[in-house]
Amino acid sequence: MSTQPVSCALSKFILERGALNGAPMKILIVEDDLEAAAYLTKALNEAGMVTDHASDGDIGFYMATENSYDVMVIDRMLPKRDGLSIVSALREKSIDTPVLILSALGQVDDRVTGLRAGGDDYLPKPYSFSELLARVEVLGRRKGTRDNDTVYRVGELELDRLAHEVHRGGQKILLQPREFRLLEYLMKHAGQVVTRTMLLENVWDYHFDPQTNVIDVHISRLRSKIERDFDTPLLHTVRGAGYILKAES
Amino acid sequence: MVLRTTAVRLSALYFALFLICALVLVFYISGLTSRIMIDQTQEVVHEELELLGRAYRTGGVTLLISYIDRRSRQPGANLYLIAAPNGQVIAGNVESIQTGVLDKQGWTETAFTYGRFTQTPETPIHTALAEVILLPNGMRLLVGRDLREPTQFRTLVRGSLALALGMMVAGALVIWFFLGRRALRRIERMSRASEKILAGDLSQRLPIQGSNDEFDRLSESLNAIMARIESLNEGLRQVSDNIAHDLKTPLTRLRNRAEAAMASGEDIEDFRTALEQMVEESDQLIRTFNALLMISRVEAGSSAAEIGRLDLSQIAHDVTELYEPVAEEAGVALSAEIEDGVEIEGNRELIGQGISNLVDNAIKYSAVRKPEARVAISLETAENTVVVTVADNGSGIPEEDRAEVVKRFVRLDKSRNLAGNGLGLSLVEAIMSLHRGKLEFGSADPDDEKWPGLCARMIFRR
Repeated sequence: MSTQPVSCALSKFILERGALNGAPMKILIVEDDLEAAAYLTKALNEAGMVTDHASDGDIGFYMATENSYDVMVIDRMLPKRDGLSIVSALREKSIDTPVLILSALGQVDDRVTGLRAGGDDYLPKPYSFSELLARVEVLGRRKGTRDNDTVYRVGELELDRLAHEVHRGGQKILLQPREFRLLEYLMKHAGQVVTRTMLLENVWDYHFDPQTNVIDVHISRLRSKIERDFDTPLLHTVRGAGYILKAES
Repeated sequence: MVLRTTAVRLSALYFALFLICALVLVFYISGLTSRIMIDQTQEVVHEELELLGRAYRTGGVTLLISYIDRRSRQPGANLYLIAAPNGQVIAGNVESIQTGVLDKQGWTETAFTYGRFTQTPETPIHTALAEVILLPNGMRLLVGRDLREPTQFRTLVRGSLALALGMMVAGALVIWFFLGRRALRRIERMSRASEKILAGDLSQRLPIQGSNDEFDRLSESLNAIMARIESLNEGLRQVSDNIAHDLKTPLTRLRNRAEAAMASGEDIEDFRTALEQMVEESDQLIRTFNALLMISRVEAGSSAAEIGRLDLSQIAHDVTELYEPVAEEAGVALSAEIEDGVEIEGNRELIGQGISNLVDNAIKYSAVRKPEARVAISLETAENTVVVTVADNGSGIPEEDRAEVVKRFVRLDKSRNLAGNGLGLSLVEAIMSLHRGKLEFGSADPDDEKWPGLCARMIFRR
């Protein structure tokens, strides 16, 4: 179930991503399904990350406390010790490495309990690898986030978070409040792939599944506003994964 | 077999307790009776002695003897005996007496036997209690009372008590036999019915007699449970049939794609396209599964969802805003009239999902009428309800199909060519019943025969 092939459309973006930064991200995978773990390991390695794997809760907790990681991907249901208790125990020990919880329980309230236990993100199984990778990337970069920046810049695009203004090449771009938040999120994670669900979750704060691809329409509106009068595209669609905002280099 | 039932064990226990109490009662009452009789005897005897004593003091032995003579002859008289110091009987109605009785003064401690001068000689030997006093001249005076009467009385009391108890026991046994047997038979019938149910006949019900007693009430509750289980079971069966049926289509498509790619794929680009289509197809399947799971979780009840105070107006605004570009792109005019600051108890995610499902449908089914296509979202409060209405001017749902569309996987013929999994409205229905509200359908414009439109109302109580 969780062994979808790494989408071919992804490979391009994976390669691009790998070239993006120097130090590889260190990921701990705590997953008892060995096949799923092998797939994850392989795919994350291909994406240029270094991985460790623990196959049960006890080993996972031990490794999480002994080594330092950029992101931990922890399955919720594990032998010996369940994922949520690992996360809350880690948080009690003030280890605040970002944790992505994987679970076969994907309902709204499972997510709430997962995040309440100290998880940073929650991904229901079966997940698509592009979704997982995008989320791991975002979690891994969170430490040096631009939360404190008041102005985000990507190429000639500038977003002033305090003044709520967007400029591109000195020209003011008028955005609706939601479009502003959408762009803010994309710019905050500039150079990273963000998926449609991540956008719905972070910009609209809903976790449900809109039947139509509502996000795509919002993106294309935003895109037309920030790119209409300019030659270089900034907001790119990553097929099979989501969107990425970056200045063409 | 019968002896092992609870009813029999309990009855036996109560019966034993009852018997012990009854026996204690019998002995206590008869003991009390004889005690009272003896006290009475002593009192009478004592009075007689005092009377005789006064006679002796005033008239000496002569008067005493004449007194005794007179009293002895009265019918039912006490025992009287006056004896010389040597033991010779001087007067009285006692013919013979147990030896040694006269030797002791005061009350005889136990009953003694004596013979009596009497007109009816058939019972010459009697038992009695008596008091003996020593007269100053050395004579002994005995006054006593026959014990026949108290003994008879005691026997009578014992006898009647025993009889009454016996009748009670017999009555209890009869009542137990009939009532207990009846109860046992009903339990027996209930367990026979349960066995049939266990054997798989879920339509079987426990018998109800109509007397509205505890057995009937128990049967009624159990029957209600059975009815619920039956309907759940039926629902489950239907759903699994539907799942089997509806998931077979995309699975077949998936398989065909893979097969076709293997058979006729020429270069890597062909395979890539096929794989991408297959990933998309699988994603759609996963969405369907997720929707199904979500419906059953929501239907499973409130424990599955966190309920809190939420701003319904905000959710309605959010959904409107979320769908506004979609509507525009589809050529549908989306309007909203949302009352502000309406709060209800509920689950934000689920209600958001519910409204968005309705809006999604409305846009999808009215889009055919563009450029006149319209969708209106409204939120209004009434006295004790809050209603979210999503109305469109599409082709609507015929009245006879309205109950059908909320069932899982049900898609009306005219919507078969549109995207969707037939679960959207089922989820809204489940969400509304979780919130103890209702999902209602009407026609937005009933007079328009061609385009009556659909007016879906989420009615919340508050």
